[in-house]
Amino acid sequence: MPYACIFVPNFPVAAVFRAEPELRAQAVAIFEGKPPLEKLSAVNESADRLGIAPGMTKAQAELCSELTLRPRSPLQESVAHAALLDCAQSFSPCVEDAAADTAILDLAGMESLFGSLPEIACNIFRRAAELGLDGNVAVASNPDAARLAARGFSGVTVIPPGKESETLGSLSVEVLFANGSEGKKKEDEEQKESARLLSTLDRWGVRNLRALAALPEVALSERLGQEGLRWQQLARGAASRTLVPVEAPTIFEEAIELEYPIVLLEPLAFLLNRLLEQICVRLASRALNTQQLRLTLELQNLAGVDPQLDTCGIPSESDASHDASQKAAQHFISGRQSKFCRTLSLPLPMLDPKLFLKLLQLDLNAHPPGAPILKIHLAAEPARPRSAQGGLFLPPSPEPEKLELTLARIAGLIGESRVGSLELLDTHRAEGFRIRRFVPEAAQEKSKISKPLEEKSAVAALRIFRPPLRAAVTLENGQMIRVVCAKKKEVQGNVLWKAGPWRSSGDWWEREAWSRDEWDIALQNAEGIALFRVVHDLLGGGWFVEGTYD
Amino acid sequence: MSSAVFSTSAAQGRPFVFDNENGVEVCPQPSQPELFAEARPPQRVIDAALPGAFFSGVMTDSRLASVTPASRLAVHPAPEMVSSGIAAMDELTGGLPRGCLTEICGPASSGRSTLMLSALAAATRRGEFCVVVDASDALDPQSVVAAGIELDRLLWVRCGENSHHAEHRLEQLLRVTDLLLESGGFGLIALDLGDLPPQTARRIPLTTWFRFRRAVEHTPTVLLAVERQSIAGSCSSLLIKLGFIKLGSLKLGSLELNTTESHASDTEVQFSMPTHAQLLSELEITAELARSRMERKPVRSAEIIFASKTAWAG
Repeated sequence: MPYACIFVPNFPVAAVFRAEPELRAQAVAIFEGKPPLEKLSAVNESADRLGIAPGMTKAQAELCSELTLRPRSPLQESVAHAALLDCAQSFSPCVEDAAADTAILDLAGMESLFGSLPEIACNIFRRAAELGLDGNVAVASNPDAARLAARGFSGVTVIPPGKESETLGSLSVEVLFANGSEGKKKEDEEQKESARLLSTLDRWGVRNLRALAALPEVALSERLGQEGLRWQQLARGAASRTLVPVEAPTIFEEAIELEYPIVLLEPLAFLLNRLLEQICVRLASRALNTQQLRLTLELQNLAGVDPQLDTCGIPSESDASHDASQKAAQHFISGRQSKFCRTLSLPLPMLDPKLFLKLLQLDLNAHPPGAPILKIHLAAEPARPRSAQGGLFLPPSPEPEKLELTLARIAGLIGESRVGSLELLDTHRAEGFRIRRFVPEAAQEKSKISKPLEEKSAVAALRIFRPPLRAAVTLENGQMIRVVCAKKKEVQGNVLWKAGPWRSSGDWWEREAWSRDEWDIALQNAEGIALFRVVHDLLGGGWFVEGTYD
Repeated sequence: MSSAVFSTSAAQGRPFVFDNENGVEVCPQPSQPELFAEARPPQRVIDAALPGAFFSGVMTDSRLASVTPASRLAVHPAPEMVSSGIAAMDELTGGLPRGCLTEICGPASSGRSTLMLSALAAATRRGEFCVVVDASDALDPQSVVAAGIELDRLLWVRCGENSHHAEHRLEQLLRVTDLLLESGGFGLIALDLGDLPPQTARRIPLTTWFRFRRAVEHTPTVLLAVERQSIAGSCSSLLIKLGFIKLGSLKLGSLELNTTESHASDTEVQFSMPTHAQLLSELEITAELARSRMERKPVRSAEIIFASKTAWAG
C-alpha cells in the first residue's frame, strides 16, 4: 500500500511565512524565551547566509540590520499545522498527524481518483504551496520510509516498491533521530538517549542509513537491543505499521497575532483578506463551503476605552426582532484584555473570500470594535456546498452571493431591522408583524411543497401612517363631523361619509392590553376626497388617524 | 472641401463624408477605390440633371435607397408584457412591460397602492421575487396578505429610520434602488413614493431616472414607481393616472355569520350585524392610460373603472 508524507522543514519559520508572505524574500529569525533572555530558535536560509544561527541571543541578532526578527507564535504554528492536515485530508481520508510539521496519508485506492503516484505527489506538493506551506513530499510503500524520505530529500520524491533501502541509503543517520516535531519538546531523557546512540553510531563509523542497514542483526541486537533492530528496519525501509488516523476538523480556523495594535478598519481589512483567503483555500481543498464565519478580535486593555465598547456590538431589541441569530456580538473581558466577537451567518453555504471580506467590513463599519486590535481570530464552520438544479424556464431569482452583499449594504444604509421579508404574528394587534431575513431559497423550497396562492380580485390596500397621527375629532350627537390632524394638512376636513365602528381588543391579560374602535371615513380636503381609517383608543382615550385607503 | 466630418454607416460599413460646401457625398474607402469607380456618375452629370440642387449628391446614388435611416431602425423588440393582476388594467395597458419603467400616479385614496399590491401579487404568483422600496414606511402587512402576495418572495425595504425628513428618505430610496438594480434577479421592483410631497419627489434628477431605465433595460425586471404626480418624464414607458375617489363609489356591507343548526333542523340561520356596524366593502378606482411607448401610435385617451373590495368583503 502506498503512503505519502508531507514534511514542512523549519516549521516555525514556515508558519511565520504563511502569515506574512512578504517576509519570504528577507532574512528572518524566530526568537523565543522570556525577556531579556530571548534566544533564536529558528532561522531561514537567508539569515543563515548572514551568519545568524539558532541559539544566538536576540541582542546579538539585532546587530544585523538586514535581519527581521519575529517572536515564535504557537498560535500561527497551530494554524499552519491545521492547514497541513487539511492538505493531507484533501487527498485521503486516512491521515496520521505524525508531528506538527509532518502528516502521513494512506494513498491506497487513490490512484484511480487522482492519477499515478508521481502525479499525486506533485499535486500534494502544489496544494501545500497553495496553502502557504513549502514542504517536501515523499511517497513510499510504508509510512516510515515515506517520512524518512520527506525529511531527507527536498521537493517531491517517489520511491518505487522494493527500492526503499537503496533510496534511503544515502541519508544521514541523524534523520532517524529527528523524529520529534520541532514544535513539541521532547522529553529530556529521550533526547539524551538519542544523543548517546548517535554518538555510538558515530564511533562505529556509521554515518548513513546504508551503513546502518548493512550491520549484522544479531550483533546489533546484542549491542543496542530491540531499539537498534527497529532503527535498522527503518533504515532498510522495511518497517511496517498501521496509521493512526485523525478526525476531520469541525471548524476551520485562522489567526494572526499583531506586533502593534491596529486602530483603523482599513489595515484590518488587509489582514482579514489574508485570513479569509487562507480559510477559503483550505475549505476548497476539502470541497467544502461555509455558512458561518466567526470573527474574534482581541482588543487592547479597556482602560480609557470608549464606553460604547460594551454595547456597540450587542444587538438591540429591535435587532432581536429582526433575527438575533443572524449577527451577534459579544464582549467578554479576560484580565486586562477584552474580546470582541462578531458572527456572520449566511443563508446558504458560500465560498467567496471577497464577498466574506465585504460582508465583514460592512458589519464592522456598523459595529466597530472600539479599541485597538491585538489579535485576529477567524473561524469558519464548514458546510456542504449547495446543490441547485437550474432551468431555462424558471423565473428570475437573485444570485445568493450578490443578494447577500446587497442586503448587507442596504442594512448599512437604513438599518438591519428595516430590510427583510414580512412575517405576520398570531395577533389582531395593530402592527402585528415582524421582519425576518429574506432568503429566496427558502421560498423556492416552500413553493415546491405548498400550492401557489389563488388569484384574487383587486383588494383595497391601506397605507399606514407610522406612527399613527393624533387627531382632533369633533363629535355631534355621538357622530363624527370633523377631523383635524395638526401634523398632516391632507387629513383635515369635514366627514362626508363614514363606516364602522369595528371594535376589537386583545391582550387584556397582559400589560399591553389594547381596545379600539375603527372607523373608515371620507374627508373633503383641499385636494379632493380621501378615505382614512380613524381609530379611537378605548383605553387611552385618544383619536388617531392610522392610515389611508389607497 | 474645407472641413469634413467622418461617420460610419452601420448598414454599409463604409465612411460617409459630410462636406460643408457640397452637401453629402458618398466616398469609397481609400483602400478600395475601384469598387465605386464605375458605379458613381461624375459630379458634372449630376449637376446638369438637377440644376440648383444643393444636396444633389444625396439623391443620385441609388445605393442609398437601401440604407435605412437610424430613426426608422426597428432596433428594440417589443418588451414582454406581464399581468398587473387586474384584468381591466391589463386590457387597458396590455400589462406591465418588463425592462421598463412604469409610473402609477394619483392623489391619495386613488388606488395606487391597490394597483401596486396587485402587481406584486401577480409577480409572486409567477414565482418571481419582488421588492418594495418604501420611502414612507407605509406598507400595511395585512393588506399585503389580503392581496395574495407570497410573503417569502417579497423583500420590504423600509426607508426613513430615525428620519422624518423627506429628502433623507428620498436619498435612501434612490441609493437602495441603485443597489437593487445592480444586484438584479428581481421580477418586480416597486418604488413607493406615494406619500412624499410632490415638490420633494420632483427633486429627483432626470438623469437618475435615465440611469434606472438604463439599468433595468434588457432585464426581466418590471420597475414600478408609485407617486402623486408623474416625475420621471420621458423615462417611463407606461404612465397610468388614477383619479380621485368618488363618494358614490363607496359601498357599505355588513358581515353575515352563517351557522348551521345540525341538532334541531338543517335550516341555516343568518345573523346580520346591526346597521351602525356597516363596514366599507368596495370602492371604485378610475384609471387612465396617459402614456404608453409600447405601441407606435398616439396614446389613446382610454379610461377604465374597476372595483376594489376590502379584505373582509372578499
